[in-house]
Amino acid sequence: MSNTLRPYLNAVRATLTAALTLDNFASQQVERHNKPEVEIHTSPEVLLLPLIVSRNESERVLIEPSVNSLRLSIAIKQADEIEKILCHKFTRFMMMRAEGFIILRRKPLPGYDISFLITNFHSESMLKHKLVDFIIQFMEDVDKEISEMKLSLNARARIVAESYLSTVS
Amino acid sequence: MHHEGLFPYSDYAEVAVSPDSNEAQIYTKVGNEWELKQTLAEHDKLITAISWAPQTNRIVTCSQDRNAYVWTPVGDAWKPALVLLRINRAATSVKWSPREDKFAVGSGARTIAVCSFDEENNWWVSKHIKKPLRTTVLNIDWHPNNVLLAAGAADAKAYVFSAFIKGVDQKPEPTVWGDRLPFGTICGEFSSPNGGWVHDVAFSPSGDVLAFVGHDSSISIIYPSGPGTPPTAHISIRLPSLPLLSLTFTSEAQIIAAGHDCQPLVFSGSSSGWTLTHSLDDPSATGTRALTPSHTGSRVSSGGPGRLNNEAFQLFKAADSRGQSKTAIGSPTSAGMTPVGQDGLLLTVHQNSITLVEPYEWSSTGDVAKVSTAGKDGRLVVWPVVGKGLSGRMAGLSV
Repeated sequence: MSNTLRPYLNAVRATLTAALTLDNFASQQVERHNKPEVEIHTSPEVLLLPLIVSRNESERVLIEPSVNSLRLSIAIKQADEIEKILCHKFTRFMMMRAEGFIILRRKPLPGYDISFLITNFHSESMLKHKLVDFIIQFMEDVDKEISEMKLSLNARARIVAESYLSTVS
Repeated sequence: MHHEGLFPYSDYAEVAVSPDSNEAQIYTKVGNEWELKQTLAEHDKLITAISWAPQTNRIVTCSQDRNAYVWTPVGDAWKPALVLLRINRAATSVKWSPREDKFAVGSGARTIAVCSFDEENNWWVSKHIKKPLRTTVLNIDWHPNNVLLAAGAADAKAYVFSAFIKGVDQKPEPTVWGDRLPFGTICGEFSSPNGGWVHDVAFSPSGDVLAFVGHDSSISIIYPSGPGTPPTAHISIRLPSLPLLSLTFTSEAQIIAAGHDCQPLVFSGSSSGWTLTHSLDDPSATGTRALTPSHTGSRVSSGGPGRLNNEAFQLFKAADSRGQSKTAIGSPTSAGMTPVGQDGLLLTVHQNSITLVEPYEWSSTGDVAKVSTAGKDGRLVVWPVVGKGLSGRMAGLSV
């Protein structure tokens, strides 16, 4: 793990642990409803200040806590066109299967690549520290995954080009 | 599953809990085990609070379906009676008054309903405290004089109101909170130091001290001086831990509070200052944390936390075929992170936030000898409150 990644992930872990202090909170606006307040945005007093943890200008995490829910959005590093395409395909693949991932949001927030929505029901049914571990693990792996895919894509492109050009030479 | 309320009833060692559903369950202690005796099913949404009146033996439950029921024992069963709350949002908390002739219900409708029994019509009627509440009332507590009521709200304030109802209450003795107390009088209004939602409020056994915990990881203790004057002492302790959710006085000079840190903390002090003395469940302490008796009841079919998390994790793994799984085991040292053991579980007894701390048993001196805590992990643990030092674990159950 590179030197700047560790403090970045530690900062995200600490913020996430502190933000995952969720409670069951029924809606103040609509009778008999219980909705994630961070998505509804109708009761300003139950929302907390959103916070951005940023490693550099392209990699950052936005954490928006509220009384009963937490939204975490990740901007993944995209250095060039290939990484942009790979990242888009990768996150799209997962978000199309969002219900299988339980805490994944179907759409990312504008400006971010992937968003998670954790409600009090999730933090009640799952171990809280495991949820944090999971997100951190995901952040660690997604970079690795994309750079690996980029490498294999480049290697494949080279092989294709070589075999194609060898026929014409 | 998690418990919202637990209430030992006199000598019989019974508790009423709500396993995070629309039903309340009554457990009886048989020998060393807890047995499910009854299920109270009348609500159709999540039960948010339960209160058991020990002398008159009645249970009141309230729920997010905007209703409250008073349950009275009839033979072996419990008979529900609907309370006319007249609120149009979720009820969040309920508590019997010390004399058990009234109860108060906090709600998301920006009101507190104070309910008393109407003999003529044979039902429970309510009077509303509306001003100056502008947000959800998160928790309430009664003063021992049966008249004053404390409330903590999501606007980061704790209030003290008069809940005097003509015909039910005698004129109360003057207290430090005030002497003339018509219904709805505001006797005190206090803010949490950094604007955190006030999760719980509590009066001391004498009623002369008010304490509350806020979401800004603070605990505040207030010594009022008299009506209209600022309090003699307003002590706020800011903690390096995660926010506390519940607190209870065990004596005039000791508070036990617990919350998202999964361990009950003991505070002690007086009007000159309060300090955090120790934790009842220090994760750095060695020793086993075996619960006696062993777990009772069965897990719900949706499975435990580990399984769910694992499933999600497996799916992610399948999604990125080459992702590696390595669990981060270690003991993060920064604030608010409870150390994790080798088995991936927390080193504390509770594995998730503690939502409730209640007195469980009183000693002959009138101080609380044991407290019970209930957590979102579905565990209910009874802790002995020994003066200082290490304390053993007495009993625990998991449903």
